[in-house]
Amino acid sequence: MILWEALQYEFMRNALAAGILASIACGVVGALVVVRRMSMMSGGISHAAFGGIGLGYLLGFEPIYGALAFTIASAMMMGFIRERTEISEDSAIGILWVTGMSLGVIFIGLSPGYAPDLFSYLFGSILAVPSSDLAVMVVLDAVILTVVYFLYEEFLAVSFDEDFAKASGVPTERVYLILLSLVALTVVILIRVVGVVLVIAMLTIPAATAWQFSRRLNEIMLLSSILSVIFTIEGLWLSYIFNIASGATIVLVSVATLLLASALKKIFQ
Amino acid sequence: MNEVIRLEDVWVRYGDIVVLEGINLSVYEHDFLGIIGPNGGGKTTLLKVILGLVKPVRGRVTVLGDTPERSRRFVGYVPQITLFDREFPATVLDVVLMGRLGRKGILGKYGKEDLKVAYDALESVEMLELKDRRIGELSGGQLQRVLLARALVANPKILLLDEPTASVDEPTKTNLYKLLKKMNDKVTILLVSHDMGVISSYVEKIACLNRKLFYHGSPEMEGEAVEETYQCPIYLIAHGFPHRVLKKHKRGK
Repeated sequence: MILWEALQYEFMRNALAAGILASIACGVVGALVVVRRMSMMSGGISHAAFGGIGLGYLLGFEPIYGALAFTIASAMMMGFIRERTEISEDSAIGILWVTGMSLGVIFIGLSPGYAPDLFSYLFGSILAVPSSDLAVMVVLDAVILTVVYFLYEEFLAVSFDEDFAKASGVPTERVYLILLSLVALTVVILIRVVGVVLVIAMLTIPAATAWQFSRRLNEIMLLSSILSVIFTIEGLWLSYIFNIASGATIVLVSVATLLLASALKKIFQ
Repeated sequence: MNEVIRLEDVWVRYGDIVVLEGINLSVYEHDFLGIIGPNGGGKTTLLKVILGLVKPVRGRVTVLGDTPERSRRFVGYVPQITLFDREFPATVLDVVLMGRLGRKGILGKYGKEDLKVAYDALESVEMLELKDRRIGELSGGQLQRVLLARALVANPKILLLDEPTASVDEPTKTNLYKLLKKMNDKVTILLVSHDMGVISSYVEKIACLNRKLFYHGSPEMEGEAVEETYQCPIYLIAHGFPHRVLKKHKRGK
Protein backbone atom coordinates (compact mmCIF):
# COMPACT_ATOMS: atom_id res chain seq x y z
CA MET A 1 0.00 0.00 0.00
CA ILE A 2 1.18 3.45 -0.93
CA LEU A 3 0.61 4.85 2.56
CA TRP A 4 2.99 2.28 4.10
CA GLU A 5 5.61 3.18 1.56
CA ALA A 6 5.11 6.83 2.33
CA LEU A 7 5.52 6.19 6.05
CA GLN A 8 9.16 5.30 5.55
CA TYR A 9 9.82 9.00 5.43
CA GLU A 10 10.06 10.85 8.71
CA PHE A 11 8.07 13.80 7.41
CA MET A 12 5.20 11.45 6.58
CA ARG A 13 5.32 9.85 10.04
CA ASN A 14 5.32 13.30 11.62
CA ALA A 15 2.47 14.35 9.36
CA LEU A 16 0.44 11.35 10.48
CA ALA A 17 1.21 12.01 14.15
CA ALA A 18 0.32 15.68 13.74
CA GLY A 19 -2.92 14.70 12.03
CA ILE A 20 -3.90 12.39 14.87
CA LEU A 21 -2.98 14.92 17.58
CA ALA A 22 -4.89 17.64 15.77
CA SER A 23 -7.86 15.32 15.33
CA ILE A 24 -8.16 14.76 19.08
CA ALA A 25 -8.33 18.49 19.70
CA CYS A 26 -10.61 19.37 16.82
CA GLY A 27 -12.96 16.48 17.52
CA VAL A 28 -13.44 17.36 21.18
CA VAL A 29 -13.46 21.15 20.88
CA GLY A 30 -15.19 21.05 17.49
CA ALA A 31 -18.14 19.26 19.12
CA LEU A 32 -18.49 22.14 21.57
CA VAL A 33 -18.08 24.72 18.81
CA VAL A 34 -20.77 23.18 16.65
CA VAL A 35 -23.24 22.52 19.44
CA ARG A 36 -22.77 26.02 20.85
CA ARG A 37 -22.98 27.46 17.30
CA MET A 38 -19.60 29.11 17.50
CA SER A 39 -18.26 28.30 14.02
CA MET A 40 -17.87 31.91 12.98
CA MET A 41 -16.41 32.74 16.36
CA SER A 42 -13.70 30.12 15.84
CA GLY A 43 -13.12 31.52 12.34
CA GLY A 44 -12.58 34.94 13.89
CA ILE A 45 -10.14 33.59 16.45
CA SER A 46 -8.15 31.67 13.85
CA HIS A 47 -7.83 34.65 11.53
CA ALA A 48 -6.79 36.83 14.46
CA ALA A 49 -3.90 34.38 14.84
CA PHE A 50 -2.46 35.70 11.61
CA GLY A 51 -1.63 38.96 13.36
CA GLY A 52 0.51 37.02 15.82
CA ILE A 53 2.20 35.10 13.03
CA GLY A 54 3.09 38.40 11.36
CA LEU A 55 4.45 39.78 14.61
CA GLY A 56 6.64 36.71 14.92
CA TYR A 57 8.14 37.42 11.50
CA LEU A 58 8.67 41.08 12.32
CA LEU A 59 10.31 40.56 15.70
CA GLY A 60 12.08 37.36 14.78
CA PHE A 61 10.47 34.84 17.11
CA GLU A 62 8.74 31.58 16.26
CA PRO A 63 5.44 32.68 14.60
CA ILE A 64 3.42 29.91 16.25
CA TYR A 65 3.95 31.52 19.67
CA GLY A 66 2.67 34.78 18.24
CA ALA A 67 -0.37 32.86 17.03
CA LEU A 68 -0.90 31.43 20.51
CA ALA A 69 -0.72 34.87 22.12
CA PHE A 70 -3.07 36.42 19.56
CA THR A 71 -5.67 33.64 19.70
CA ILE A 72 -5.81 33.71 23.51
CA ALA A 73 -5.98 37.50 23.54
CA SER A 74 -8.73 37.54 20.93
CA ALA A 75 -10.67 34.88 22.85
CA MET A 76 -10.54 37.04 25.97
CA MET A 77 -11.55 40.09 23.98
CA MET A 78 -14.56 38.28 22.53
CA GLY A 79 -15.63 37.25 26.00
CA PHE A 80 -15.28 40.81 27.20
CA ILE A 81 -17.20 42.29 24.28
CA ARG A 82 -20.02 39.80 24.78
CA GLU A 83 -20.46 40.41 28.47
CA ARG A 84 -19.60 44.03 28.90
CA THR A 85 -20.44 45.94 25.74
CA GLU A 86 -23.39 46.56 23.45
CA ILE A 87 -21.55 45.48 20.30
CA SER A 88 -23.23 42.46 18.75
CA GLU A 89 -21.26 39.24 18.77
CA ASP A 90 -21.59 38.96 15.02
CA SER A 91 -19.99 42.36 14.37
CA ALA A 92 -17.32 41.72 16.99
CA ILE A 93 -16.30 38.52 15.19
CA GLY A 94 -16.02 40.39 11.90
CA ILE A 95 -13.92 43.14 13.45
CA LEU A 96 -11.59 40.63 15.11
CA TRP A 97 -11.26 38.64 11.91
CA VAL A 98 -10.15 41.55 9.72
CA THR A 99 -8.05 43.25 12.39
CA GLY A 100 -5.98 40.09 12.83
CA MET A 101 -5.48 39.62 9.11
CA SER A 102 -4.63 43.28 8.53
CA LEU A 103 -2.12 43.39 11.37
CA GLY A 104 -0.53 40.23 10.00
CA VAL A 105 -0.18 41.67 6.51
CA ILE A 106 1.31 44.94 7.81
CA PHE A 107 3.73 43.20 10.19
CA ILE A 108 4.94 40.92 7.42
CA GLY A 109 5.30 43.89 5.07
CA LEU A 110 7.45 45.65 7.64
CA SER A 111 9.64 42.58 8.18
CA PRO A 112 13.00 42.62 6.44
CA GLY A 113 13.33 40.25 3.49
CA TYR A 114 10.99 37.60 2.28
CA ALA A 115 8.63 35.51 4.45
CA PRO A 116 9.30 32.00 3.19
CA ASP A 117 6.63 29.87 4.95
CA LEU A 118 3.89 32.44 4.85
CA PHE A 119 1.78 30.28 2.58
CA SER A 120 2.08 27.35 4.97
CA TYR A 121 0.64 29.37 7.85
CA LEU A 122 -2.29 30.35 5.69
CA PHE A 123 -3.07 26.95 4.20
CA GLY A 124 -1.24 24.46 6.38
CA SER A 125 1.93 22.45 6.02
CA ILE A 126 1.29 19.11 7.62
CA LEU A 127 4.16 17.63 5.61
CA ALA A 128 6.63 19.96 7.29
CA VAL A 129 5.82 19.48 10.97
CA PRO A 130 9.05 19.25 12.98
CA SER A 131 9.21 16.85 15.95
CA SER A 132 9.43 19.81 18.34
CA ASP A 133 5.98 20.95 17.20
CA LEU A 134 4.61 17.50 17.92
CA ALA A 135 5.67 17.90 21.53
CA VAL A 136 3.82 21.21 21.76
CA MET A 137 0.75 19.56 20.27
CA VAL A 138 0.86 16.76 22.85
CA VAL A 139 0.93 19.30 25.66
CA LEU A 140 -1.93 21.34 24.20
CA ASP A 141 -4.00 18.19 23.68
CA ALA A 142 -3.42 17.17 27.28
CA VAL A 143 -4.55 20.59 28.52
CA ILE A 144 -7.68 20.48 26.36
CA LEU A 145 -8.66 16.96 27.42
CA THR A 146 -8.12 17.70 31.11
CA VAL A 147 -10.21 20.87 31.01
CA VAL A 148 -13.01 19.19 29.06
CA TYR A 149 -13.00 16.25 31.46
CA PHE A 150 -13.53 18.48 34.48
CA LEU A 151 -15.92 20.98 32.93
CA TYR A 152 -17.92 18.66 30.66
CA GLU A 153 -21.18 19.01 32.59
CA GLU A 154 -20.82 22.78 32.72
CA PHE A 155 -20.08 23.06 28.99
CA LEU A 156 -23.11 20.90 28.25
CA ALA A 157 -25.41 22.89 30.52
CA VAL A 158 -24.20 26.29 29.34
CA SER A 159 -24.64 25.28 25.71
CA PHE A 160 -28.13 23.90 26.31
CA ASP A 161 -29.59 26.57 28.56
CA GLU A 162 -27.34 29.37 29.73
CA ASP A 163 -29.94 31.06 31.93
CA PHE A 164 -30.67 27.86 33.79
CA ALA A 165 -26.97 27.12 34.25
CA LYS A 166 -26.45 30.61 35.63
CA ALA A 167 -29.44 30.28 37.93
CA SER A 168 -27.98 26.98 39.16
CA GLY A 169 -24.83 28.75 40.24
CA VAL A 170 -22.52 27.96 37.31
CA PRO A 171 -20.15 30.90 36.66
CA THR A 172 -21.26 31.02 33.03
CA GLU A 173 -19.07 33.97 32.09
CA ARG A 174 -15.90 32.22 33.20
CA VAL A 175 -16.98 28.92 31.67
CA TYR A 176 -17.48 30.70 28.36
CA LEU A 177 -14.05 32.31 28.55
CA ILE A 178 -12.49 28.92 29.22
CA LEU A 179 -14.34 27.48 26.24
CA LEU A 180 -13.05 30.30 24.04
CA SER A 181 -9.53 29.62 25.30
CA LEU A 182 -9.88 25.96 24.35
CA VAL A 183 -10.91 27.07 20.88
CA ALA A 184 -7.80 29.28 20.81
CA LEU A 185 -5.51 26.36 21.75
CA THR A 186 -7.16 24.14 19.16
CA VAL A 187 -6.71 26.78 16.50
CA VAL A 188 -2.98 26.87 17.25
CA ILE A 189 -2.76 23.08 16.88
CA LEU A 190 -4.73 23.14 13.65
CA ILE A 191 -2.75 25.95 12.02
CA ARG A 192 0.05 23.43 11.41
CA VAL A 193 -2.31 21.03 9.70
CA VAL A 194 -4.66 23.14 7.60
CA GLY A 195 -3.58 26.76 8.15
CA VAL A 196 -5.33 29.87 9.42
CA VAL A 197 -7.81 30.05 6.57
CA LEU A 198 -8.99 26.44 6.77
CA VAL A 199 -9.06 25.93 10.54
CA ILE A 200 -12.79 26.60 10.64
CA ALA A 201 -13.34 23.56 8.42
CA MET A 202 -11.65 21.15 10.82
CA LEU A 203 -13.49 22.59 13.79
CA THR A 204 -16.88 22.21 12.22
CA ILE A 205 -17.08 19.53 9.53
CA PRO A 206 -16.13 16.40 11.53
CA ALA A 207 -18.33 17.49 14.45
CA ALA A 208 -21.27 18.41 12.23
CA THR A 209 -20.99 15.02 10.53
CA ALA A 210 -20.76 13.21 13.87
CA TRP A 211 -23.75 15.13 15.23
CA GLN A 212 -26.01 13.46 12.68
CA PHE A 213 -25.28 10.09 14.21
CA SER A 214 -25.03 10.92 17.91
CA ARG A 215 -27.45 11.37 20.76
CA ARG A 216 -25.07 12.84 23.26
CA LEU A 217 -22.32 15.43 23.31
CA ASN A 218 -19.62 12.97 24.37
CA GLU A 219 -20.58 10.69 21.48
CA ILE A 220 -20.08 13.60 19.09
CA MET A 221 -16.66 14.28 20.62
CA LEU A 222 -15.52 10.69 20.18
CA LEU A 223 -17.00 10.16 16.73
CA SER A 224 -15.78 13.47 15.36
CA SER A 225 -12.23 12.74 16.58
CA ILE A 226 -12.34 9.40 14.79
CA LEU A 227 -13.78 10.97 11.64
CA SER A 228 -11.15 13.65 11.75
CA VAL A 229 -8.38 11.04 11.90
CA ILE A 230 -9.94 9.29 8.91
CA PHE A 231 -10.27 12.54 6.94
CA THR A 232 -6.68 13.47 7.70
CA ILE A 233 -5.30 10.10 6.58
CA GLU A 234 -7.49 10.06 3.46
CA GLY A 235 -6.47 13.62 2.64
CA LEU A 236 -2.78 12.95 3.22
CA TRP A 237 -2.92 9.84 1.09
CA LEU A 238 -4.68 11.58 -1.81
CA SER A 239 -2.41 14.60 -1.63
CA TYR A 240 0.61 12.25 -1.68
CA ILE A 241 -0.66 10.35 -4.72
CA PHE A 242 -1.72 13.37 -6.74
CA ASN A 243 0.93 15.70 -5.36
CA ILE A 244 -1.57 18.37 -4.34
CA ALA A 245 -1.86 20.63 -1.27
CA SER A 246 -2.49 18.44 1.78
CA GLY A 247 -4.47 20.87 3.97
CA ALA A 248 -6.93 21.71 1.23
CA THR A 249 -7.26 18.04 0.27
CA ILE A 250 -8.10 17.11 3.87
CA VAL A 251 -10.77 19.80 3.95
CA LEU A 252 -12.33 18.72 0.66
CA VAL A 253 -12.36 15.06 1.72
CA SER A 254 -14.19 16.16 4.89
CA VAL A 255 -16.73 18.20 2.98
CA ALA A 256 -17.38 15.32 0.59
CA THR A 257 -17.91 12.93 3.51
CA LEU A 258 -20.27 15.35 5.25
CA LEU A 259 -22.39 15.67 2.12
CA LEU A 260 -22.36 11.91 1.57
CA ALA A 261 -23.33 11.24 5.19
CA SER A 262 -26.18 13.74 5.03
CA ALA A 263 -27.47 12.20 1.82
CA LEU A 264 -27.22 8.66 3.21
CA LYS A 265 -29.03 9.71 6.36
CA LYS A 266 -31.85 11.24 4.31
CA ILE A 267 -32.18 8.09 2.21
CA PHE A 268 -32.22 5.64 5.12
CA GLN A 269 -34.53 7.60 7.35
CA MET B 1 -47.27 32.81 56.76
CA ASN B 2 -43.76 33.48 55.57
CA GLU B 3 -43.17 35.85 52.75
CA VAL B 4 -40.82 34.07 50.32
CA ILE B 5 -40.65 36.58 47.48
CA ARG B 6 -40.92 40.32 47.84
CA LEU B 7 -40.59 42.93 45.12
CA GLU B 8 -40.73 46.60 46.02
CA ASP B 9 -41.13 49.20 43.33
CA VAL B 10 -39.11 47.21 40.80
CA TRP B 11 -38.33 48.81 37.45
CA VAL B 12 -36.62 47.07 34.54
CA ARG B 13 -35.48 48.70 31.32
CA TYR B 14 -34.01 47.19 28.18
CA GLY B 15 -32.32 50.17 26.63
CA ASP B 16 -35.00 52.84 26.41
CA ILE B 17 -37.91 50.46 26.74
CA VAL B 18 -39.50 50.07 30.15
CA VAL B 19 -40.37 46.41 30.57
CA LEU B 20 -41.45 46.39 34.20
CA GLU B 21 -42.82 49.46 35.89
CA GLY B 22 -43.10 49.87 39.63
CA ILE B 23 -43.78 46.21 40.42
CA ASN B 24 -44.81 45.38 43.97
CA LEU B 25 -45.36 41.73 44.68
CA SER B 26 -45.51 39.52 47.75
CA VAL B 27 -45.56 35.76 47.49
CA TYR B 28 -46.05 33.65 50.60
CA GLU B 29 -45.01 30.13 51.43
CA HIS B 30 -47.22 27.49 49.73
CA ASP B 31 -48.83 30.05 47.47
CA PHE B 32 -49.86 28.91 44.01
CA LEU B 33 -49.76 32.19 42.15
CA GLY B 34 -50.56 32.58 38.47
CA ILE B 35 -49.50 35.67 36.60
CA ILE B 36 -51.19 36.24 33.29
CA GLY B 37 -50.50 38.85 30.72
CA PRO B 38 -50.02 39.37 27.00
CA ASN B 39 -46.87 38.41 25.15
CA GLY B 40 -44.24 41.06 25.65
CA GLY B 41 -45.86 42.10 28.89
CA GLY B 42 -42.74 41.33 30.91
CA LYS B 43 -43.67 37.93 32.33
CA THR B 44 -40.39 36.21 31.56
CA THR B 45 -38.48 39.27 32.70
CA LEU B 46 -40.27 39.16 36.03
CA LEU B 47 -39.14 35.57 36.57
CA LYS B 48 -35.60 36.49 35.60
CA VAL B 49 -35.63 39.31 38.11
CA ILE B 50 -36.60 36.86 40.83
CA LEU B 51 -33.76 34.58 39.70
CA GLY B 52 -31.33 37.48 39.68
CA LEU B 53 -30.63 37.03 35.96
CA VAL B 54 -31.97 40.50 35.16
CA LYS B 55 -31.03 43.46 37.31
CA PRO B 56 -33.72 46.03 38.01
CA VAL B 57 -32.73 49.65 37.44
CA ARG B 58 -34.70 50.57 40.54
CA GLY B 59 -36.36 48.82 43.45
CA ARG B 60 -35.62 45.95 45.73
CA VAL B 61 -35.97 42.20 45.28
CA THR B 62 -35.90 39.85 48.24
CA VAL B 63 -36.08 36.08 47.87
CA LEU B 64 -36.25 33.93 51.00
CA GLY B 65 -35.05 36.91 52.99
CA ASP B 66 -31.90 37.35 50.91
CA THR B 67 -30.73 38.61 47.52
CA PRO B 68 -31.92 36.67 44.46
CA GLU B 69 -28.34 35.56 43.70
CA ARG B 70 -27.84 34.04 47.11
CA SER B 71 -31.24 32.37 47.17
CA ARG B 72 -30.88 30.90 43.67
CA ARG B 73 -30.14 27.41 44.85
CA PHE B 74 -33.54 27.23 46.53
CA VAL B 75 -35.36 28.35 43.42
CA GLY B 76 -36.30 25.92 40.64
CA TYR B 77 -36.72 27.41 37.18
CA VAL B 78 -38.74 25.90 34.34
CA PRO B 79 -38.17 28.06 31.25
CA GLN B 80 -40.27 28.11 28.08
CA ILE B 81 -39.70 24.99 26.02
CA THR B 82 -40.03 26.87 22.77
CA LEU B 83 -36.62 28.39 23.35
CA PHE B 84 -34.80 25.09 23.09
CA ASP B 85 -32.78 23.73 20.24
CA ARG B 86 -34.50 20.40 19.67
CA GLU B 87 -31.45 18.99 17.89
CA PHE B 88 -29.35 19.45 21.00
CA PRO B 89 -27.30 16.33 21.75
CA ALA B 90 -28.45 15.44 25.26
CA THR B 91 -30.64 12.71 26.68
CA VAL B 92 -33.50 13.18 29.13
CA LEU B 93 -31.24 12.08 31.98
CA ASP B 94 -28.47 14.50 30.89
CA VAL B 95 -30.92 17.37 31.06
CA VAL B 96 -32.42 16.41 34.41
CA LEU B 97 -28.96 16.10 35.95
CA MET B 98 -28.29 19.72 35.03
CA GLY B 99 -30.53 20.57 37.95
CA ARG B 100 -27.78 19.19 40.22
CA LEU B 101 -25.05 21.46 38.81
CA GLY B 102 -25.13 23.77 41.81
CA ARG B 103 -24.63 20.89 44.22
CA LYS B 104 -21.79 18.98 42.63
CA GLY B 105 -19.27 21.85 42.54
CA ILE B 106 -17.72 23.12 39.36
CA LEU B 107 -14.96 20.52 38.99
CA GLY B 108 -16.97 17.66 40.46
CA LYS B 109 -18.82 14.84 38.75
CA TYR B 110 -22.37 13.67 39.32
CA GLY B 111 -22.46 10.91 41.95
CA LYS B 112 -24.83 8.09 42.92
CA GLU B 113 -26.89 10.46 45.05
CA ASP B 114 -27.39 12.78 42.06
CA LEU B 115 -28.50 9.87 39.90
CA LYS B 116 -30.90 8.64 42.52
CA VAL B 117 -32.49 12.06 42.92
CA ALA B 118 -32.74 12.40 39.13
CA TYR B 119 -34.43 8.99 38.81
CA ASP B 120 -36.88 9.90 41.57
CA ALA B 121 -37.74 13.18 39.91
CA LEU B 122 -38.23 11.45 36.54
CA GLU B 123 -40.43 8.89 38.25
CA SER B 124 -42.55 11.65 39.81
CA VAL B 125 -43.22 13.22 36.40
CA GLU B 126 -43.65 9.77 34.82
CA MET B 127 -40.71 10.09 32.47
CA LEU B 128 -38.32 7.50 33.90
CA GLU B 129 -38.90 5.08 31.04
CA LEU B 130 -37.72 7.65 28.54
CA LYS B 131 -34.57 8.62 30.42
CA ASP B 132 -32.25 7.62 27.57
CA ARG B 133 -34.29 9.31 24.87
CA ARG B 134 -32.69 12.24 23.07
CA ILE B 135 -34.62 15.36 24.07
CA GLY B 136 -35.38 16.15 20.43
CA GLU B 137 -37.51 13.01 20.27
CA LEU B 138 -39.90 14.14 22.99
CA SER B 139 -43.28 15.76 22.56
CA GLY B 140 -43.87 19.23 23.96
CA GLY B 141 -45.61 17.88 27.04
CA GLN B 142 -42.87 15.35 27.68
CA LEU B 143 -40.14 17.97 27.39
CA GLN B 144 -42.10 20.19 29.73
CA ARG B 145 -42.15 17.42 32.33
CA VAL B 146 -38.43 16.79 31.87
CA LEU B 147 -37.73 20.46 32.54
CA LEU B 148 -39.95 20.26 35.60
CA ALA B 149 -37.95 17.26 36.81
CA ARG B 150 -34.74 19.21 36.19
CA ALA B 151 -36.01 21.99 38.45
CA LEU B 152 -37.14 19.49 41.09
CA VAL B 153 -33.81 17.70 41.53
CA ALA B 154 -32.38 20.79 43.17
CA ASN B 155 -35.05 20.34 45.84
CA PRO B 156 -36.35 23.88 45.49
CA LYS B 157 -38.47 25.82 47.94
CA ILE B 158 -39.84 27.98 45.17
CA LEU B 159 -40.76 26.86 41.66
CA LEU B 160 -40.92 29.40 38.83
CA LEU B 161 -42.61 28.26 35.63
CA ASP B 162 -42.64 30.17 32.35
CA GLU B 163 -45.56 29.29 30.04
CA PRO B 164 -45.67 25.67 31.19
CA THR B 165 -48.65 24.90 28.98
CA ALA B 166 -47.52 26.50 25.74
CA SER B 167 -47.62 24.03 22.84
CA VAL B 168 -49.10 21.29 25.01
CA ASP B 169 -52.45 19.58 24.35
CA GLU B 170 -55.41 19.81 26.72
CA PRO B 171 -55.12 16.49 28.62
CA THR B 172 -51.40 17.10 29.14
CA LYS B 173 -52.14 20.56 30.48
CA THR B 174 -54.59 19.17 33.01
CA ASN B 175 -52.11 16.49 34.10
CA LEU B 176 -49.37 19.04 34.49
CA TYR B 177 -51.51 21.25 36.67
CA LYS B 178 -52.60 18.30 38.80
CA LEU B 179 -48.94 17.42 39.26
CA LEU B 180 -48.10 20.97 40.28
CA LYS B 181 -51.06 21.04 42.65
CA LYS B 182 -49.70 17.94 44.36
CA MET B 183 -46.25 19.52 44.70
CA ASN B 184 -47.73 22.69 46.10
CA ASP B 185 -47.73 21.12 49.59
CA LYS B 186 -43.96 21.31 49.58
CA VAL B 187 -43.10 24.20 47.31
CA THR B 188 -44.34 27.67 46.59
CA ILE B 189 -45.32 27.95 42.94
CA LEU B 190 -45.30 31.00 40.72
CA LEU B 191 -46.21 30.52 37.12
CA VAL B 192 -46.66 32.93 34.27
CA SER B 193 -48.75 32.34 31.18
CA HIS B 194 -50.77 34.12 28.54
CA ASP B 195 -53.13 31.18 28.55
CA MET B 196 -55.72 32.32 31.08
CA GLY B 197 -58.18 29.51 30.54
CA VAL B 198 -56.32 26.71 32.23
CA ILE B 199 -54.29 28.76 34.64
CA SER B 200 -57.20 30.22 36.53
CA SER B 201 -58.94 26.99 37.40
CA TYR B 202 -55.92 25.67 39.29
CA VAL B 203 -54.09 28.55 40.84
CA GLU B 204 -55.12 30.05 44.12
CA LYS B 205 -54.12 33.60 43.45
CA ILE B 206 -53.84 35.48 40.25
CA ALA B 207 -52.21 38.65 39.04
CA CYS B 208 -52.13 40.38 35.69
CA LEU B 209 -48.94 41.73 34.23
CA ASN B 210 -48.60 44.13 31.37
CA ARG B 211 -45.59 46.22 32.31
CA LYS B 212 -47.46 47.04 35.52
CA LEU B 213 -48.72 44.40 37.88
CA PHE B 214 -52.34 44.21 38.93
CA TYR B 215 -52.52 41.90 41.87
CA HIS B 216 -55.71 40.19 42.89
CA GLY B 217 -56.06 37.83 45.77
CA SER B 218 -58.33 35.20 44.28
CA PRO B 219 -58.91 33.91 40.77
CA GLU B 220 -62.34 35.49 40.66
CA MET B 221 -60.63 38.46 39.17
CA GLU B 222 -62.25 41.70 38.42
CA GLY B 223 -63.17 42.46 34.86
CA GLU B 224 -61.47 45.81 34.98
CA ALA B 225 -58.12 44.30 35.89
CA VAL B 226 -58.26 42.02 32.88
CA GLU B 227 -59.43 44.84 30.71
CA GLU B 228 -56.69 47.10 31.82
CA THR B 229 -54.03 44.46 31.34
CA TYR B 230 -55.07 43.19 27.96
CA GLN B 231 -56.51 46.46 26.80
CA CYS B 232 -59.47 44.73 25.30
CA PRO B 233 -63.00 44.17 26.52
CA ILE B 234 -63.47 41.38 28.99
CA TYR B 235 -66.00 39.38 26.99
CA LEU B 236 -63.39 38.69 24.33
CA ILE B 237 -61.26 36.83 26.84
CA ALA B 238 -64.07 35.40 28.89
CA HIS B 239 -64.68 32.59 26.42
CA GLY B 240 -61.58 30.86 27.57
CA PHE B 241 -62.50 31.02 31.23
CA PRO B 242 -63.78 28.06 33.13
CA HIS B 243 -67.16 29.02 34.50
CA ARG B 244 -66.25 29.40 38.09
CA VAL B 245 -63.64 31.99 37.42
CA LEU B 246 -65.57 35.00 36.37
CA LYS B 247 -67.84 36.71 38.76
CA LYS B 248 -71.07 37.29 37.00
CA HIS B 249 -71.58 40.80 38.27
CA LYS B 250 -69.86 42.43 35.33
CA ARG B 251 -72.10 40.90 32.79
CA GLY B 252 -75.49 42.37 33.50
CA LYS B 253 -77.07 39.99 35.93
